[in-house]
Amino acid sequence: MSETIKTDIVIIGAGPVGLFAVFELGLLDIKAHLIDILDKVGGQCAELYPEKPIYDIPGIPYITGHGLTEALMEQIKPFKPAFHLGEMVTTVEKIGQPAFRVSTDAGKTFECKTVVIAAGGGSFQPKRPPIQGIEPYEDKSVFYAVRKMENFRGKRLVIVGGGDSALDWTLNLQPLAQRLTLVHRRDEFRGAPDSVNKMRALVASGDMDLKIGQVSALEGGDGALVAATVKGNDGALTRIECDAMLPFFGLTMKLGPVANWGIKMEDELIPVDTAAFESNIPGLFAIGDINSYPGKLKLILSGFHEAALMAQKAYHYVYPDKKLVFQYTTSSTSLQKKLGVA
Amino acid sequence: MSEVQELSRSNHSGNETMPKITFIEHDGTAHTVEGEIGSTVMETALKNDIAGIVAECGGSCTCATCLVHVDEKWSAIVGPPSAEENDMLDTAFEVKPTSRLSCQIKVTPELDGLIVHTPSYQGR
Repeated sequence: MSETIKTDIVIIGAGPVGLFAVFELGLLDIKAHLIDILDKVGGQCAELYPEKPIYDIPGIPYITGHGLTEALMEQIKPFKPAFHLGEMVTTVEKIGQPAFRVSTDAGKTFECKTVVIAAGGGSFQPKRPPIQGIEPYEDKSVFYAVRKMENFRGKRLVIVGGGDSALDWTLNLQPLAQRLTLVHRRDEFRGAPDSVNKMRALVASGDMDLKIGQVSALEGGDGALVAATVKGNDGALTRIECDAMLPFFGLTMKLGPVANWGIKMEDELIPVDTAAFESNIPGLFAIGDINSYPGKLKLILSGFHEAALMAQKAYHYVYPDKKLVFQYTTSSTSLQKKLGVA
Repeated sequence: MSEVQELSRSNHSGNETMPKITFIEHDGTAHTVEGEIGSTVMETALKNDIAGIVAECGGSCTCATCLVHVDEKWSAIVGPPSAEENDMLDTAFEVKPTSRLSCQIKVTPELDGLIVHTPSYQGR
């Protein structure tokens, strides 16, 4: 578990700006590891608008969030960045001048000279239903993710939602559960049709229950759930006895642990200088939507610019004794070698 | 985009009628504001600092944090959600038959006087 990875730089957030930072750093021979709480790269581009158009990337009149992510991955390929996906950075500690130790909730530890926070609007975390008194049950009998399927063997489960997460976990946990009830607000599902068909077959054969409505109340004590009340669309209440509930309502952006790392913050943003986009802690940079400075625009193109300038300053931390000569990818053989095109 | 709209608005010196939209907060506080024709109810809310509208995704119909409950009297005029919007409503809470995502309601002259209720919680 306590594996320590030594690298030049850790980038927190693998959205478009974090990805492009790999390119700018790579040109300067700075090796990067990227960490993201999502299980995929692309950040908001992947999570919020993969199929939606973006019209303001310079030189690209039209591209989707997914398309931009793919293009950036292609662009940074020569630099072979290491990705640590589905992990949340829990702590960033200063251990030198500058040097940092970065730890994730998956038990990984990184030691690096500099850290770049490219965390956008924060970390994507599950939406929590506004059911009164839900808090004491969370992580005890209400779960927003399945870490170990075995934990649900022989239990009476209520799964809530109508997307792929709800359906996939319904199909995966149904064979283990003593009884499984899927609760959804309407008798239509946005998940994959194949999963919907399989779920409906299980309902038809009596192997699970489907209840249309919304969970309105929970019963239990000491964190142990006893029953959930579902309010049907006709207002009728149904009490479902259960040992655990798994709500899947998608993700929302929350600032997350970054607020606890001792970085100066204002209104949930990290103030930076506009020469290097460095925070109040030398060697700790913030680029993209998470930073603030006079005139800041939350645009991907601004984040790209910030990545380029950040890399210049980061170079001096990573290679304190070397002089940095500014070069163009168009004309520099040395840069083209790094890109694998010379 | 918003700067351009601000400019065009000031040029018109209020001659053109701007539909009035009333937002009623969870606690009953009402705010009546003017909406720009062609913009959305969500944009109108943000422009006027209406509490309870988050609009995390900026109007892409991908986050369901601009949920409103359209007043019963207005529900038929506003109309039902599209299939895409209805899918997103699955990720909102306390959804009612009159619930819509305000980023998907375009401000039109017919909506002058529209009343929508903002929820206590947008799933954050």
